[in-house]
Amino acid sequence: MNIQIRKFYYGDIPEETGGNSSSSNASNETGWPLWEVFIRSKQGLDHKHAGSLHAADAQMAIENARDVYTRRQEGVSIWVVESKHIHATNPDEAEMFYEPASDKVYRHPTFYDLPDEVKHM
Amino acid sequence: MSIHELEKIFQNKIDKEIKIEPKDWMPEAYRKTNIRQISQHAHSEIVGMLPEGNWISRAPSLKRKAILIAKVQDEAGHGLYLYSAAETLGSSREQMIDDLHSGKAKYSSIFNYPTLTWADMGAVGWLVDGAAILNQVMLCRTSYGPYARAMVRICKEESFHQRQGFESLLVLSKGTKEQRDMCQDAINRWWWPSLMMFGPKDSESTNSDQSIKWKIKRKTNDELRQQFVDMIAEQVKLLGMTLPDPHLKWNESRKHYDFGEINWDEFWNVVKGNGPCNKQRLEARVKAHEEGTWVREAALAYAVKKQSRTKAKVA
Repeated sequence: MNIQIRKFYYGDIPEETGGNSSSSNASNETGWPLWEVFIRSKQGLDHKHAGSLHAADAQMAIENARDVYTRRQEGVSIWVVESKHIHATNPDEAEMFYEPASDKVYRHPTFYDLPDEVKHM
Repeated sequence: MSIHELEKIFQNKIDKEIKIEPKDWMPEAYRKTNIRQISQHAHSEIVGMLPEGNWISRAPSLKRKAILIAKVQDEAGHGLYLYSAAETLGSSREQMIDDLHSGKAKYSSIFNYPTLTWADMGAVGWLVDGAAILNQVMLCRTSYGPYARAMVRICKEESFHQRQGFESLLVLSKGTKEQRDMCQDAINRWWWPSLMMFGPKDSESTNSDQSIKWKIKRKTNDELRQQFVDMIAEQVKLLGMTLPDPHLKWNESRKHYDFGEINWDEFWNVVKGNGPCNKQRLEARVKAHEEGTWVREAALAYAVKKQSRTKAKVA
C-alpha cells in the first residue's frame, strides 16, 4: 500500500508552492511569489490575517491587497509578508508543544475561592 | 499510525465540528475533492465576469455602470479569495489556470449562456447570484477552514449583487411596455439555467454522499434547489412577472412549491461544452491570459532589478 502523507511546516501554503525566490525558477518563469496579507480594520485594533495573494514585489502586494481585501473600507493599515518567511508550529507536535499550559489552572483568576464580601476583585 | 487510524481521527474531528486546517492530516480524496470544488468555484467567479463585462459599456446610466463595475470587480476578488484557498491544499495557481484553459477544469455552466439585453443584468443578479448565494451560505460552514473563511467574506459582498439585480428589474417592471416585456423575457431565459446551477438530481449525483459525510457540503442539490424555488416563486410576485413553468404550484401538504422537470439533456450538453457560449468564454480567458504574459514578466523583471539595486546600495 502506498501511503502518502504530506506535511507542511511553514505557513499555510505548502513549501514547494509557497512563493519562489525572485531570481528565476525554471518551471515557474512568470509566477509571482505568494504574500500573506494582514489588515488593521481600525485604529486601536491588531492587524489580522486576511488572506493571501500573488504579487511581484511588496509594493504591488500592498496595492493588490487594497483592491482584493479592502474594497469596502475594511482596513486602515495593511501588512504584507512573503509567505515563505512565515514559520509555524507543526500540528503533529501540537499536543506536546502546548501541553505544559494545560495543568496550570492556578494561572486563571477563577482558581481562587474568595468570600463574597470581598468587593472589586 | 496507520492510515486507518488517521482517517478515524480525521472523521472524528469533522463530526465534532472542528475545522480542518491546511497543515492537518487529511485523506487524499478529501484534499482532491476540495481542490476540485474550490478551483471550480474560483473559475466560475472569473468566467462569471465575462457575461456582465459585456454590459459595462452599454449600461443605461452612470449609476448602473458604476454598480456593474463594482460587481464585476467583486467577482474578480471572489475568484482570488478562492484560488488562495485552493493553493493552501497544494495546488499551484498556474496549474489551476492551465486546467481551466485546457478545458480539464469546469466552471459553472450558467456562464455559458449569453446576456442578450440589459434586463439580463438584473436577472443574472437576482436569479444567478441568488442561486449562488444559497450554495455559498451553506459553504460558510464547510469543514475546510480556508474555504469557509473565503465564503464568509464572499457572502458579505454577494448580498449587494442580488439586491441590485432585483432592484434593477423592479425599475424595469414599472417602466414602459417594452421595458416590462424585456424584464419578462430575461426571467424566462434565465429561470431554467438557474435551476440547473444546483447540479444533477441527488439520485444521479456522484460526489454527494461523501461530501456530506466530510461536511464539505451540508445540503443536497435537491434541497438547495427547492429552497431557491420557494424563495423566487414569492419574490417574482413583487415584480408582477411570472416564472416560465406551468407546473409551478404551491403544495400545501409539502409546504413547498412543486415545479416542472428540468431539461437534463440541455444541462449535460452545456456541461460537456456545447452551450451557446462555451467556446467564446474560454477563448476570452485564454486571450486575456496570453496577452497579459508580458505584464507578468515585466513586473517580475522590475522587482528583480529593484532588489539587486537595493542589494548593491547596501554593499
